[in-house]
Amino acid sequence: MKFSSLVIALILFCCTFGHLNAQSYQNAKHHQCLKCHSNQSYSFFNTVKNKEEKRLMNPYFILDTVALTHGVHKQFDCTDCHSSEYGTYPHSSNLKLEPLSTCLDCHGGDKSFATYQFEKIDVEFKKSIHYKVYGDNFTCSKCHSQHTYVATARTSSNVLEIVDYSNKMCLSCHNDMKRYKMVSGHENPKLVEVHDWLPNQELHFQHVRCLECHTDVVDSLMVSHNILPKEKALRKCVECHSANSRLKASLYKYQNLKMRSESGGINVVLANESYVIGSHQIPILKLTSILIFLLVLVGITVHSIFRIIKRK
Amino acid sequence: MSMPEKLYFYPVWLRIWHGFNALGILTLIITGISMQSSVESSYFLGFNMIVNLHNIAGILVTLNYFIFFIGNLFTPNGKYYIVKPNGFLKRPLKQAYYYAWGMFHGMKAPFPLSEKKKFNPLQKYSYVIVMYLAVPTVIITGITLMFPEIIIDKVYNFSGVFITAILHSVMGFFISIFLIVHLYIASIGKSPLENFKSIITGWHHIH
Repeated sequence: MKFSSLVIALILFCCTFGHLNAQSYQNAKHHQCLKCHSNQSYSFFNTVKNKEEKRLMNPYFILDTVALTHGVHKQFDCTDCHSSEYGTYPHSSNLKLEPLSTCLDCHGGDKSFATYQFEKIDVEFKKSIHYKVYGDNFTCSKCHSQHTYVATARTSSNVLEIVDYSNKMCLSCHNDMKRYKMVSGHENPKLVEVHDWLPNQELHFQHVRCLECHTDVVDSLMVSHNILPKEKALRKCVECHSANSRLKASLYKYQNLKMRSESGGINVVLANESYVIGSHQIPILKLTSILIFLLVLVGITVHSIFRIIKRK
Repeated sequence: MSMPEKLYFYPVWLRIWHGFNALGILTLIITGISMQSSVESSYFLGFNMIVNLHNIAGILVTLNYFIFFIGNLFTPNGKYYIVKPNGFLKRPLKQAYYYAWGMFHGMKAPFPLSEKKKFNPLQKYSYVIVMYLAVPTVIITGITLMFPEIIIDKVYNFSGVFITAILHSVMGFFISIFLIVHLYIASIGKSPLENFKSIITGWHHIH
């Protein structure tokens, strides 16, 4: 009995250890793929020259192992998505041509991902300028890296973090000449110049997402994914700078942030990292100011009536 | 004892300052309310135009404030703003009683205006509070809001910009209330328009 328990424990240990060893991105040095793909350079045995060689890694193929271990797909190993033939080096040239799974291949029609509404996102995305310009080649991963993506907007309670994460997705191309040109065919316009009409530009960039103006608000989706071109983007300040701010239907739509903005009172707004002229109204101050204003008017009216009666 | 009928109460620099200040403050109140209550201002002026107008008016009123400040520092006009501890509460209360009750019951104004006394105590107190507390506060908060980068990010758990903005709006609101009361009290005189004429001509009638 004791012996069999020991055997089972040993088997379990081996399985677990083996499993971890195969997938641990944390231990990059011992990971079959990451030992090369997390470094600037890699070494291999050149069988033609019959000697050990060291070469520089293509910078686009270097993976951030820290981000990898935090990404939504961290539980998958490289070869769950990429061909297992990548296990040998040099990699076969045909491997580059193999189609990789798209988001919908795994997430489409999956009830456990229903809240993300991948299908609806796809419909909206097909209306976007991104799809119009680059068609099916504009894959989800252009913005949402499968390797490192984190659903920050749904998990973070820090507005600035959400904004920063979201805007970096846009800037990864729109602030990168090579990547932008590959998709659009022309050089990227300078964002600072394009947005020079926007007052306090830097503050806007830090406190709201590009998406706030560059997408349509769709009630059933968190972000519509119908990214609008410059001409159709929002350019009306009061859409956000008003009591009925559009931000409530976009950035502050997330339940994690919404909790704060709807519990009322002063703490709500104070807890937020930003202040939006016009949309941050404190009900109690508003009421107090209206009351004071009315009291003054009543006082003046009563006084005036007495003055008229007494002819003063 | 002969008393002059007319007193030259408001020197030219003060009248120019006052007129300019009145226009500026009115612009600031209207644009401020428009921004804060976010009335669909784009019907007559776009939001960014309103913000620009508010900023420009704010800068002009600030510059104008220095005329008032320096004027009061170096001309005899400053003495009217000095609050004396003697009868600190009793005097303004007496004036308030006069406005609320006395003036309708044949009471004479408790602090008749003279060359030495341009303001009654209540007037003096409110002017001092507005000109040396509220206006400097809106000026300082207003300038910092123009350059939000210089504001402390967080004061405890509160956004620095938010606190500054609230202080700015609250003070702006009290200045608006002051303006309403100021205009109304100014209509108390021999005739409702008399004091308005005085601030334009500079001459004040003593009765």
